[in-house]
Amino acid sequence: MRTLSEHILDIVQNSIKAKATLIEIIVEEDKINDLCSLTIKDNGCGMNRETLQQAANPFFTSRNTRKVGLGLALLKQNAERSNGSFKLDSEPGVGTTVTAGFQLSNVDKPPMGDIWETYYLTLLSYSEGVLEYSHETEKGKFSINSGEIKEMLGDISFQQKEIREGIIELIKNNLEEIEATK
Amino acid sequence: MAKIKTLADLRKIKEEAQSKIKLRENSDNPEQLIQIKVGMATCGIASGAKDTMKYLVEELEQEAIDAVVTQTGCMGYCYAEPTVEVTVPKKEPVVFGYVNKEKAREIIDMYIKRGELIDGIIPVNFKTIDE
Repeated sequence: MRTLSEHILDIVQNSIKAKATLIEIIVEEDKINDLCSLTIKDNGCGMNRETLQQAANPFFTSRNTRKVGLGLALLKQNAERSNGSFKLDSEPGVGTTVTAGFQLSNVDKPPMGDIWETYYLTLLSYSEGVLEYSHETEKGKFSINSGEIKEMLGDISFQQKEIREGIIELIKNNLEEIEATK
Repeated sequence: MAKIKTLADLRKIKEEAQSKIKLRENSDNPEQLIQIKVGMATCGIASGAKDTMKYLVEELEQEAIDAVVTQTGCMGYCYAEPTVEVTVPKKEPVVFGYVNKEKAREIIDMYIKRGELIDGIIPVNFKTIDE
């Protein structure tokens, strides 16, 4: 995975599969302490302790189409090699939280990438619940909630050109305003 | 035009566009629409499925083809990612492999518009690739 956005796109699929009705993507940047943390939190079915211990193992997967499961393993690898940390918490019936920390200035920290595309493309196939994305820097905090957008749009589809461009523009402009690291 | 920054700005866009937007006639019965599923598991994303999906969404809209583009998981053809499953109404689903932008273009022009089969179909006996 070349960017954090790609990781997010990937990990969020796990939450969708776990039948989550609320998925939160939280990015926090702290330039003073040179830290960047990515948290993906869901209220899906969660994992038991055995599964949890295995989850970041690249040779473990709950699928039966293939024998490897690289999503979390790759995120963990990227976090650890950029002098960061990786943590996985889960409780059956409550949900799962993935936290990856990165050293902001580390050359091995993947760039953020086009998070707006990730958000938009995920919206298209996640109609069962609410997808929230928030990004915080020392300049401010931005957050977007798919439930609010959906309510506002009513009958109009996310796929409508004006709406697609609007959502993407909205995220881009706000990230620019809080001077989010690219 | 002013920069879009808040939900209120987005609402304005919606209201401006509303008159132009024809509500999808088929939105109540999705089986009438072309359904496209892009394999977006780790293997797909690593091979560029994100760009493929973005391209499909934009191009289908440009050409005013009524289609629903969604993501799906991995069906075990990781070697051929990005994979795309196209279901044209009243036809069996077809899975294409190695779908980059050029291939996506070909799928739209040849398969979706004219119904002609093209190279790169993964022969499978399956019902759906959801699981």
